[in-house]
Amino acid sequence: MSDEHAHGASFYVKIWGILLVLLVISIIGPELGIRIVTLITAFGIAVVKAWMVAAYFMHLKGEKKFVHYMLYTMLIFMALLTAGIMVDINKPQGRNWVNTAALHQMETNTVPKE
Amino acid sequence: MSFPVPLAAKRSASGVPTGRLAMWWVIGSEIVIFGGLLVSYILMRTMYDHWSEYAAATNIIFGSINTFVLLTSSLSIVLAHHYSQQGDGQKAFKFIWLTILGGAIFICVKAVEWTMEIQAGYTITANVFWSFYYTAAGIHACHVIGGAIAMGIVSFDVRKNKNLQRVEIVGNYWHFVDLVWIFLFPLLYIAK
Repeated sequence: MSDEHAHGASFYVKIWGILLVLLVISIIGPELGIRIVTLITAFGIAVVKAWMVAAYFMHLKGEKKFVHYMLYTMLIFMALLTAGIMVDINKPQGRNWVNTAALHQMETNTVPKE
Repeated sequence: MSFPVPLAAKRSASGVPTGRLAMWWVIGSEIVIFGGLLVSYILMRTMYDHWSEYAAATNIIFGSINTFVLLTSSLSIVLAHHYSQQGDGQKAFKFIWLTILGGAIFICVKAVEWTMEIQAGYTITANVFWSFYYTAAGIHACHVIGGAIAMGIVSFDVRKNKNLQRVEIVGNYWHFVDLVWIFLFPLLYIAK
């Protein structure tokens, strides 16, 4: 780690404290049962927590730019993968194929018999 | 335990020490591994509403304890890194083993949780939700075990104030393991 992103021990303890507060919010928020609140408190806060761990604990904030670009590239690969499989997973039928089990589950919205 | 100092510890042609750069590449490849798994899960979860009934059976208390443990172990390994930078191998050694203890607690909690779930009939073959659950959490647990072993190996040189740069490299890996759990926790435990 280069000197420009060195911090004192108390700084890391503060970051840990913030992460714990965010953890508590992410547990309590979804208990309200409101969908948008669940999305924000569970998943929105997860993104914030992940960013804090990467930026301050992994010192990504002070890292060379090309490392950032490398990691962004991996995220783009992930997005490409998502685009590639989304049609197969989220559609029960296409022009020349039918996933009968998925179609049945979507139409009846029931738990299939084990 | 002592190892010869590899080239990676001395060279930094890119401006980033080669060892650390190698770990960024490992992390980059792990993003695709875990990302692919989690994205597939999210897509299927949004397609099948009844999966929320399965997700309701996961235990949020165990999940929360493990999140707390991993966040705390991330703090201890970053403190190990901090003291290794100051040349205090003894303190770094202690914090590395505190992190390993966190990893051990995580695995013990997981073992208890999985035992209870399997006894209740929620096995890996029960349905696709539980297949995802055990695969994602299982691969993550393997990373926790691997990281703990790597830290254990690194720690003995660190205690003698040798190869202190390895603390940052193994630490970054550990933080990534924590980071993956930060996403697994809401996906598997909170979204009912």
